[in-house]
Amino acid sequence: MTTPADAASVAGLADDVRSDFPALRDERGSAYLDSAATSQTPRQVMDAERAFVDAGTAAVHRGASEATGRATLAFEDARADVARFVGARDDEIVWTQNATDALNMVALGMADASAGLGDPRFALGPGDEILVTEAEHHANLIPWQRLARRTGATLRWVPVREDGTWSIDDARVALNTRTRVFAFAHVSNVTGLIAPAAELAELAHAVGATVVLDACQSVPHMPVDLAALGVDFAAFSGHKMLGPTGIGVLSGRAEALAALPPARTGGSTITTVTMTDAEFLPPPQRFEAGTQPVTQAIGLGAAVRYLEGVGTARLHAREQQLAAALMDAAASVDGVHIVGPAAGHERAALVSVVVDGVHAHDVGQFLDARGVAVRVGHHCAQPLHRRLGVAATTRASAYLYTSDDDVARFATALAEVRPFFGVTP
Amino acid sequence: MSSELETLYQQVILDHARRRSGFGLSDVATARHHELNPTCGDEITVGIALDADGAIQTLGWEGQGCSISMASASVMSELCANRDAAEVRAMIDDFRTMLRSRDGGEPPESLEDAVAFQGVARFVMRIKCAMLGWVALEACLDQLSTRDAAAPAAS
Repeated sequence: MTTPADAASVAGLADDVRSDFPALRDERGSAYLDSAATSQTPRQVMDAERAFVDAGTAAVHRGASEATGRATLAFEDARADVARFVGARDDEIVWTQNATDALNMVALGMADASAGLGDPRFALGPGDEILVTEAEHHANLIPWQRLARRTGATLRWVPVREDGTWSIDDARVALNTRTRVFAFAHVSNVTGLIAPAAELAELAHAVGATVVLDACQSVPHMPVDLAALGVDFAAFSGHKMLGPTGIGVLSGRAEALAALPPARTGGSTITTVTMTDAEFLPPPQRFEAGTQPVTQAIGLGAAVRYLEGVGTARLHAREQQLAAALMDAAASVDGVHIVGPAAGHERAALVSVVVDGVHAHDVGQFLDARGVAVRVGHHCAQPLHRRLGVAATTRASAYLYTSDDDVARFATALAEVRPFFGVTP
Repeated sequence: MSSELETLYQQVILDHARRRSGFGLSDVATARHHELNPTCGDEITVGIALDADGAIQTLGWEGQGCSISMASASVMSELCANRDAAEVRAMIDDFRTMLRSRDGGEPPESLEDAVAFQGVARFVMRIKCAMLGWVALEACLDQLSTRDAAAPAAS
């Protein structure tokens, strides 16, 4: 579990963990500043996956072989690891393909409820409102657009300001007694804004809305206790938190999950099946149709144990240092504009910038040639970029293995961009 | 300067990215096409008008995007002006073939300044950028030939 983080141990985090990441072993390799897209993988995760597969892989929750039993135990142990990590009960953790899949499962489950399938608690119709923010990732926007279309409910959004941020006061204005769902990102993947999730959940619950949290950029980077936040559903992905691709998590409060119809059905989800109907198992099995990503779940369990070994308090303290360093790096270059919270305000360890006179793709290409890997584009948040008045931004994002030297390389390369493209100050 | 970057961003490309020859859409355009690169949001609209002999009389474009897409449209507009449609189609094919060729063979001389984009072939994420304007131009030509096919022969 987390230990008190002293200054030296915080600053030394990257040095401590770097050798666990084969992809980062070569110090001359690129400065990897794209962890908000996907994180690198420590050998402990690959070791856990390989150990499981080498001992004999098997499907879970079916059959009677020794291998099946072993796989089922390992699969469920991984679920318990993830549950402990985010302050949920074991049966409040549903494996999904990724976070996008998890968010879709909530929206599609509500669509089923609206069509009369299952508990009417989540049934929506004309007059009801679904609230999101203008800053959402497409994964937390399009499923709600579709749900609104399917049910006749109205999609509304909390508008963002010119810098891409929004506040709890903005949410207070938008929430009303017609709001049935409030879906928002805990941490914005573009602006790094950290939303006050607990307070927002309380506000939303006060008007009777269900709260859906996109926790993709928070769970990997800071202590997150979903029970304490009080959200009804939360989604996050494995590959952004040192785990494998192909696995994500839908977490839901037990009573909310129990009321959500399963959007995907099939084998492993049922108790009794007749030719015309089926009865479903309780959560989480009700939502896990078909052969499960067993190896990936075991890998994610190992990733979570790795992060626990580091300590999320120490991790978050280090990321606050990195956030400030990234802000300083971007602010040090003329003609570079930072999107999101201003310096001095809390933000995640990522910074998106607009470089005057140079398109983000050209910025990214130049940085890549200088050995600095960043992300360029709209980061799956087109409406936010439209509001910012740009087609694309350049984003540098950090994680526990990011060194001060990585950030310095980013600063140096960023300063060379405008001269290279002949843009005069 | 790293040679890899110079392979991609040749001086002629950087110059054209700023110059933007042919920028602006003409009212006389008889075919227009808007092309969007969904991965980055770059967009280009190309408008053309042909003369009585089927040669390109007017070629204009507007859009916003990276230096590769802007420079490529700029070079294209200089290269294709006053050529007939068949010639332009051949040039589009040559350009596409050059960008898809990873072995770096000798590009056709017909491409003139556009050979500067040969280096793009090594950057798979940027090929769409270089093709954006050319794909829009091709769609304009398709519109006109479809129209010709639908209309009764003029002579």
